[in-house]
Amino acid sequence: MVKAIANSNLLRHLFIIVLGILMLYPVLWLVSSSFKPNQLIFSEPGLWPKEWTFNNYVKGWAGFQGISFGQFFLNSAMISILCVLGNIITCSLAAFAFARLKFKLSKLWFAFMIVTIMLPYHVTLIPQYIIFSELNWLNTYYPLIVPKWLATDSFFILLMVQFIRGIPRELDESAIIDGCNLRSIYVRIMLPLLLPALITTAIFTFIWTWDDFFSQMIYISKIDLFTVQLGVRALFDPSGSSDWGALLAMSALSLIPISLIFMFFQKYFLEGIATTGFK
Amino acid sequence: MKIKSARNSLASDHNRTAYLFLTPWLIGFFCLTLGPMIASLYFSLTKYNLLNSPSWIGLGNYVKILSDDETFRNSLFLTFKYVFFSVPLKLVFALIVAMILNKGLRGLGIYRTVYYLPSLLGGSIAIAIVWRQIFAGDGVVNDFLGWFGIKGPSWISHPDYVIYTIIMLTIWQFGSAMVIFLAGLKQVPTELYEASSIDGAGKGRQFFNITLPLLTPVIFFNLVMGIINSFQAFTPAFVIGDGRGGPLDATMFYTLYLYLKGFSFFDMGYASALAWIMLLIIGFLTAIVFTTQKYWVFYSDDQGGK
Repeated sequence: MVKAIANSNLLRHLFIIVLGILMLYPVLWLVSSSFKPNQLIFSEPGLWPKEWTFNNYVKGWAGFQGISFGQFFLNSAMISILCVLGNIITCSLAAFAFARLKFKLSKLWFAFMIVTIMLPYHVTLIPQYIIFSELNWLNTYYPLIVPKWLATDSFFILLMVQFIRGIPRELDESAIIDGCNLRSIYVRIMLPLLLPALITTAIFTFIWTWDDFFSQMIYISKIDLFTVQLGVRALFDPSGSSDWGALLAMSALSLIPISLIFMFFQKYFLEGIATTGFK
Repeated sequence: MKIKSARNSLASDHNRTAYLFLTPWLIGFFCLTLGPMIASLYFSLTKYNLLNSPSWIGLGNYVKILSDDETFRNSLFLTFKYVFFSVPLKLVFALIVAMILNKGLRGLGIYRTVYYLPSLLGGSIAIAIVWRQIFAGDGVVNDFLGWFGIKGPSWISHPDYVIYTIIMLTIWQFGSAMVIFLAGLKQVPTELYEASSIDGAGKGRQFFNITLPLLTPVIFFNLVMGIINSFQAFTPAFVIGDGRGGPLDATMFYTLYLYLKGFSFFDMGYASALAWIMLLIIGFLTAIVFTTQKYWVFYSDDQGGK
């Protein structure tokens, strides 16, 4: 009896460890190959390089047409940070209004907000593209950033509405009695208490913006404006003649910001996902 | 009298502040969502290439798509296949691993991190490129099969297999669903298991009569979001294929077709019609899942719907 349990325990551990290795394998392969000389990448199956080289990183970082990957990283970081700020500010303003304020047509607007969560991006894609090109915003970052400053990620509004509903109303009521107006309730009471939801919003906005290859590809075609994703894509030639070493080195680097954020904010990830059902 | 005017001023203060706070959202809603939706419905009834002004052709685009567009039919079928395999398999996998991890294992935190990481990184170009290489003719998968004397094809350039490599890339990202299931499993009251084992229920019956019903709200939510999101999958198909739907249209996902129509051929009217058909299909699928929920989704009284 005990033996059977021990056995199954062993099996369970074995299963979990093997699966864990399988799960990590693609990432490990990427990192290890990025340190291998080009001719070894596809001929040496082992993960530990027999021969180490940093040349891939040097070559990759040099970028192309005189623009280095450093520029791409700066561009991506700037876009992502501005999007994070936009989402945090405008979504929390909207969420405060929906969750706490009584106003005309509030039910109607709230229903619209919920519907937009499920709306596929592609239905608005083409007119948005036309609007942005009429505004002469092609090859600028406005099409990527401005929507976030207009609270178009309704998902985060809903997240914050749910969160604010969990904050006891007595807090705002006593603040009103103390002479606070609604604006200072938002700034002094809601924002500090909303912090966990704001951090979750910031993390996921950063990651989704960083990875948002589709919009970046549509709106950006000048190389000095390229993001990291576009830079990696440009190094990659599907017909097979890519400089694999440089490509894999830059691919590995492109994953670092997200991995760092994950390491530092792990708690928020796991809690945020569990309570909201996030990706 | 004083109280009444104070109340009035409070109400108008609410109204003013609310609309002030909602201004960015309202602008976004009208200019970037509702307006563009109406515009794309109009474009879908026209022929429009961005250079000339749109010319009205009524339902022409829709008729052509539905009656005379082989690529549309293929891409729709392919996308359905992708959704049909990847969404349920991802959920089943997430649930199995969550059940195993939930048995009070040492080092749970580490495993949870390891399993979760792919779902964070999986959306990037980098991982799609790695995936392509792992399943290539000289890739790791074939190295592995080689140990058993099997000579595998180049999975990514074979029209029959490439879709399954993309499905596997999606299942690989089961971690986020697993974390949600783990949280759900923690909330199942242990008394339920104790009581049922006193009544003589085995592990299997406990799973089907207690665990699974209590998890159905979570499964429902993940199913809906999974269908909506995977119908819109783009990056993996774009990178793992050749970016134009090949080999032999085997990676021509719906959104890729829409993108090519709109931004390679600049047939904006046609692409808009494709977008509206996609909206209707997603809406229809979501509605089906919603109407079936009363037969299989179990909401306990204190939980409420999401």
